Amino acid sequence: MIAQASNLVHTVDQTFYFIVGVSVFFLVLITGCMIYFVIRYSRKRNPKATNIHGNIPLEITWTVIPTILALIMFWFGWTDYKLESTPPADAYNIDVTGQMWHWTFKYPNGVEMDSLFLPLDKDIKVNIRSKDVNHSFFVPAFRVKKDAIPGRTNTAWFRTEKEGVYNLFCAEYCGMKHSYMITKVVVIPVNDFNALLNRKLNEMNSAASKDTTK
Amino acid sequence: MDNDAATAANDHVSFLKYKGKYKGIRSWILSTDHKRIGILYLMALLCFFALGVTFGFLIRLELLTPGKTIVEPQVYNEFFTLHGVIMIFLFVIPGLPAVFGNFFLPIMLGAKDVAFPRLNLLSWWLYVTGGVLIIASILMPGGPADTGWTFYIPYSVRTTTNVIITGSAAFLLGFSSILTGLNFITTIHRLRAPGMGWFKMPLFAWSLYATAWIQVLATPIIGITLLLIIVERVFGVGLFDPALGGDPILFQHLFWIYSHPAVYIMIVPAMGVISEIIPVFARRTIFGYKFIAFSSIGIALFGSLVWAHHMFAVGMSDTGQFIFSFLTFMVAIPSAIKVFNWTATLYKGSISLDPPMLFALAFIFLFSIGGFTGLIQGALSVDIHLTDTSFIVGHFHYVMFGGTGMGIFAALHYWLPKMFGRMYNLKRAKVAFWIIFVGFNTLYFPMFVMGWLGMPRRYYDYLPEYTIYHQISTVGSWILITGMIIMFTNLIQGLRKGKVVTERNIWGGETLEWTIETPPTHDNFDKIPMISTPPYEYKQNETEELPEEIIH
Repeated sequence: MIAQASNLVHTVDQTFYFIVGVSVFFLVLITGCMIYFVIRYSRKRNPKATNIHGNIPLEITWTVIPTILALIMFWFGWTDYKLESTPPADAYNIDVTGQMWHWTFKYPNGVEMDSLFLPLDKDIKVNIRSKDVNHSFFVPAFRVKKDAIPGRTNTAWFRTEKEGVYNLFCAEYCGMKHSYMITKVVVIPVNDFNALLNRKLNEMNSAASKDTTK
Repeated sequence: MDNDAATAANDHVSFLKYKGKYKGIRSWILSTDHKRIGILYLMALLCFFALGVTFGFLIRLELLTPGKTIVEPQVYNEFFTLHGVIMIFLFVIPGLPAVFGNFFLPIMLGAKDVAFPRLNLLSWWLYVTGGVLIIASILMPGGPADTGWTFYIPYSVRTTTNVIITGSAAFLLGFSSILTGLNFITTIHRLRAPGMGWFKMPLFAWSLYATAWIQVLATPIIGITLLLIIVERVFGVGLFDPALGGDPILFQHLFWIYSHPAVYIMIVPAMGVISEIIPVFARRTIFGYKFIAFSSIGIALFGSLVWAHHMFAVGMSDTGQFIFSFLTFMVAIPSAIKVFNWTATLYKGSISLDPPMLFALAFIFLFSIGGFTGLIQGALSVDIHLTDTSFIVGHFHYVMFGGTGMGIFAALHYWLPKMFGRMYNLKRAKVAFWIIFVGFNTLYFPMFVMGWLGMPRRYYDYLPEYTIYHQISTVGSWILITGMIIMFTNLIQGLRKGKVVTERNIWGGETLEWTIETPPTHDNFDKIPMISTPPYEYKQNETEELPEEIIH
């Protein structure tokens, strides 16, 4: 099973399973009819066919019902997407930069890391950029994906809901080491997260002061 | 002018033995006979198909284990680029129209040739030149393109591989496709036999008509896009490359404005083939002729307006996302109508499961899975999770291979005996079919599962949790290839040494190709037929007694 670690997974998974359910129903129906007809009306059992040119009520039925179902599917996908595309105003901002072939995450206090550490139960907004070619920020456990396009800033948001370590993939082909442009997303409690950022900030400052003293 | 004796000698000689202006190989590669051109395409297509399958096999082999299995990442990236470019531009797009459209469209319409026979030959030459360029790009210094068949900018302007050569090849192939489309539109408008109104046309002709319009209207856009890339590279005009102030998303739009309708260029003719085969092997009239005919046109229209559903993760406006997702769901409806009508055609038929019918039924099943997984990706929020994962790879292989591929295999088994006057081994064809069917599903179904679990596509290496799915899939590729080897060996042996067939109507079809000699003569018809009834009438079902052949 795939981890469910953000607020988006609930609606996305519901929509997914709804469409899968409808699809399986129709696939079984069509295949069942096909197999039944092939056996029941085989040339041996039914040497003489009956000509039926069509049936308008039937045509209308199997046009209207799929259309209604398709509209429902569309609507589910759209309303989930509206949620995904409207980040809360007070979301915590992280700048994500993709380049061949690694990710950099920059936090509001200036700290940069190459794994994505996130506080638990917080709304997170990522600002996604690229330094060279197209990449794509993809965290399957959050059901989040957004391309990193040079010259643009794309955003995505989600709310972390479960502690743990998850995969972050580059999902847009970017050359030789595309499949190695992977890192980890680590969701930890807020206190640990703040402590981590402070420690990293101090390390950064002491490294910088060492540089200036040299 | 030819003297009368020579003309008489050529009368009632099959087109295979017909003596024209040229002899030997030139009587083929310079022939303007639509049937010979169809066979030229068939030969070339099968060579490219073998090459494409080889690259596909190598991709799967590399993915058998995490890390390096057979090649380095750079070579793997070239493999999947070549696999995509060869399969799409050299096999699936030209596939049915160029081979079976060329051969059978004029015959089905009651014509002696296409409207522009010389243009038809030019199309083939452009096609071959494009194919040779792609092969050349493999051998030339720099190596084949490693951009994927989508050539996304900026990567495609950064890489040092032979992208321009591969792109130029696509440009030439596009021209070949446009000319074929133009030829078919004119042929269908001008060369139908007397009495053949639009609704007396076979459904394969309808599907080629819809396809031809897409070829003519959409293909120029990919050509223009390629010219713009050259303008950008040579004159430094910033169109697509952000380093020059251009917009890489513009490239993606232009690319998909062609390449999405191209998907329908690939699938609609296969739908036409299925619409031919099902009534013949069910021995009854087709259910909902007009609905099947108009749904082809509906697919062509809607299909031209859904291109940006390939780009739901690039950061389009909400309005764009809304419209493209909505239209994507709408384009599913005409396809559903077709599937329902085909299934209804089986009802109260008299069905025989000969090899063409088996492939046609497999088409319905596999294409339905391809279509349903398309619905899953049509939903915006779900697509954002699934796009650029192996779910997409599974989806388009179910549509393109499970759909068009099975359509081509069905057409081969249905029409080859008519084209060459020899029959393959029916039993072996059925064995091959079942191996292909099992191998196909073993190969592509795991891709849905791992895609949902987050496995990105175009990955040389993968995390250990995806290993099992990759291994099942790779084993599937071996089964599938075994089946295809049996199938093609059987077909080729059939053509060379199979039982000679002179019977005109091999399968009991009612379209015009079954009224002429097997194999057809150079002029197809001694006398142009007069058409008074729609195709697929099966009048014998309405008479009291059973036709004699069935009683005995």
